[in-house]
Amino acid sequence: MVEATAEVWHAQHEVHEHHGPQGVLKYLWSTDHKVISMQYLFTGMFMAVVGGFMAYVFRMQLAFPGSSVPGFGIVSPGEYNSLVTNHGSIMIFWVAMPVLIAAFGNFLIPLMIGADDMVFPRINRLSFQVFFISALVILGSLFVEGGGFGGAWTAYPPLSAKGVYNQTPLGATLWLIGVALEFVAFLLGGINFITTLMNARAPGMKAYDIPMVCWMIVIASILFMLSVGPLIAGAVMLLFDQTLGTGFYDPAMGGDPVLWQHLFWFFGHPEVYVVMLPAIGITIDIVATFARKKLFGYKLMLYTTVATGVLSFFVWAHHQFISGIDPRMANVFMVTTLLISVPIAELMFVIIATLYGGSIRLATPMLWALAFIAEFLIGGVTGIFLGASGADIYFHDTYFVLAHFHYTFFPIAIIGTFAALTYWFPKMFGKMMSDKLGKIHFWGTIIPFNFIFIPLFVLGMGGQHRRIYNYQHFPDLAGADFQRLRIIATVALLVMLAFQLVFFYNFIRSLLRGEKAPKNPWNANTLEWTTESPPPHGNWPPDQMPKVYRGPYEYGRPDRESDFWPQDEPA
Amino acid sequence: MIETLQQASSYAADIDGLIILVAVLTGFWFFVAQGVFFWLIFRYRAKPGKKSKYVTGREQHLTRWISFPHGLVLVCDVFIIVASVNVWYDVKQRLPEADRVVRITGQQWAWTFQHPGSDGDLDTDDDVYVVDELHVEVDKTYHFHLEARDVMHSFSVPVFRLKQDAIPGRSIMGWFRPTLVGEFDVQCAEICGIGHGVMAARIFITDEAQHAAWVTQNTPNR
Repeated sequence: MVEATAEVWHAQHEVHEHHGPQGVLKYLWSTDHKVISMQYLFTGMFMAVVGGFMAYVFRMQLAFPGSSVPGFGIVSPGEYNSLVTNHGSIMIFWVAMPVLIAAFGNFLIPLMIGADDMVFPRINRLSFQVFFISALVILGSLFVEGGGFGGAWTAYPPLSAKGVYNQTPLGATLWLIGVALEFVAFLLGGINFITTLMNARAPGMKAYDIPMVCWMIVIASILFMLSVGPLIAGAVMLLFDQTLGTGFYDPAMGGDPVLWQHLFWFFGHPEVYVVMLPAIGITIDIVATFARKKLFGYKLMLYTTVATGVLSFFVWAHHQFISGIDPRMANVFMVTTLLISVPIAELMFVIIATLYGGSIRLATPMLWALAFIAEFLIGGVTGIFLGASGADIYFHDTYFVLAHFHYTFFPIAIIGTFAALTYWFPKMFGKMMSDKLGKIHFWGTIIPFNFIFIPLFVLGMGGQHRRIYNYQHFPDLAGADFQRLRIIATVALLVMLAFQLVFFYNFIRSLLRGEKAPKNPWNANTLEWTTESPPPHGNWPPDQMPKVYRGPYEYGRPDRESDFWPQDEPA
Repeated sequence: MIETLQQASSYAADIDGLIILVAVLTGFWFFVAQGVFFWLIFRYRAKPGKKSKYVTGREQHLTRWISFPHGLVLVCDVFIIVASVNVWYDVKQRLPEADRVVRITGQQWAWTFQHPGSDGDLDTDDDVYVVDELHVEVDKTYHFHLEARDVMHSFSVPVFRLKQDAIPGRSIMGWFRPTLVGEFDVQCAEICGIGHGVMAARIFITDEAQHAAWVTQNTPNR
């Protein structure tokens, strides 16, 4: 793609201007990576609103059990199960993955490596179309007879395998089909990211000159492709169990329900790193730019990430310590699980060390990036409690687990997204966002976030187990002090959701009336800042495709007057 | 909250001890990391006319600030692993000699507890079957056979710090030794369908005399 001549470029442009589909169709059938990125972004944002609404409904039920929830009504136990199941599924598969990997991967990879598009633009378009259908399937599954699937996002059989057990036979099958389609979409997208990064880099861009966020998205795509295969096989078996009456997971027919858990978590744990790595990459790029600092140890970071990825394939059974696996196996998986704390701690140390000697400016994107580190650390250390098998006997399936993984997934999916969105908004839409409104939104999100989940840690330590629509049946959990904590968490959630209106207002206002963005508003080094905001079709005019002379983080060089040195500036 | 939750089994204190050990070690790292993090943000805030330092991350005198804590993290991991294996071995791998045996069966959405009758043996004619009530004697070692009829369930007794999934088609063995007289929650900790939230039971821990009286009272007439 980089060798496209001026002639070809003009020819392509003409096709797009005169013969290609027009109007709305132009957007639906576009193969431009930037348009596909926006499609993923807006679909993901819409799904985030759906998932957030679900959280609102079940948190209201927990705080005020049995009362009618405004905008929903009275929550039945079946609806409650369906809400928590689909909240989890949607937030991971239809929010975190499309936004962090697909939206930002699509937007950033070609722009940051100096390519005019992805190497497989049509596969890219197909990826979004399959993803869009998967989103329709999961949303549709909520409205079929019997309601949406309510067997938790982990979908353990036999509950998920038989309609007589889950009482949502249609919802369960549609859920499974939706998830499987989503996997197909990300396999298509992933092969594109990997190939593009390998083959379409600007002349002069060597492996260690690639911005970290591109590496992270590509490593995440590789992890996803390597881990998802067994789960797709498992999902097909589950689908057969549901619809054809086979017995892969049915002990009465010689099957084994625990098999699914192995297949699921063999994918499920690397999946955590699949969504985590892009967020860490985003954080690194933003921290380097706003601290005006070279990344502390580029190769160290890169190889630590690869090590984390490799190790992540050997930890899955820590989700199954008490699920009836051979107890001796737990010892092995505990060792691998605790060992993964070493590379993760290293990643955190490297980002923190990058701040040393910097000239730190706390603009909105930087606040989000720093908040990612501060909050993710809480998620990291609380994971050790669960990785230690002896402690997990108690904590397993309590609210401690729930609070722990929200302290990892919220920083990843929400804080990471807002960091990226506020940082690259000028490039994506050509307008500046309001920094003042951005900061109001930041504090209005971060403070309530902690008030939601710290009470849930306490409840988990008190023995509160998960996925219970009403704790009045458990005398030890029904006390007034426990209920007070549940109400605090719910009120904090309401406050946090209300502050998201500030974001949407800022977003729309900036789109319509924002100040026009210059090419490089943050004085950053990477290639996407060398083109117009927003970039034209093809990203750069074909006779001005960038060449790369150095790494992405050359900030604060003592031998230069300016404190940054763009990658494409000849020495 | 964990201090207020009573310890009612012989290993509850060991599990709490492990949790406290992890809390101390990770708490140390947490506060060190956050402290350094916020200090760096404050110390190196942008000041007019002051340029940032050019540091590549290969300088020996700087990298040791990362490699040394890095090694220490590994040492902490070893401590946690050793402590955790000890607790795990005691609770899940080892099976001490039993004084009593009970059978616990989960189904949508109730627990059935099969207690030995006056003869003290399980699977005899005088067994006492009770739904949603487990009656045990304090300071006796119990073995349990955990089974499920339909879907996955999980037998969880927070005051014991004990949890074990029940799998249809299998009988899983485990043990506990109650150390405190009282009445506590038994939960199902694995989602098992619409009635998961009502699958509550109670455990009644009594002394020898009271337990014997309860057994006599509830033994079926055969």
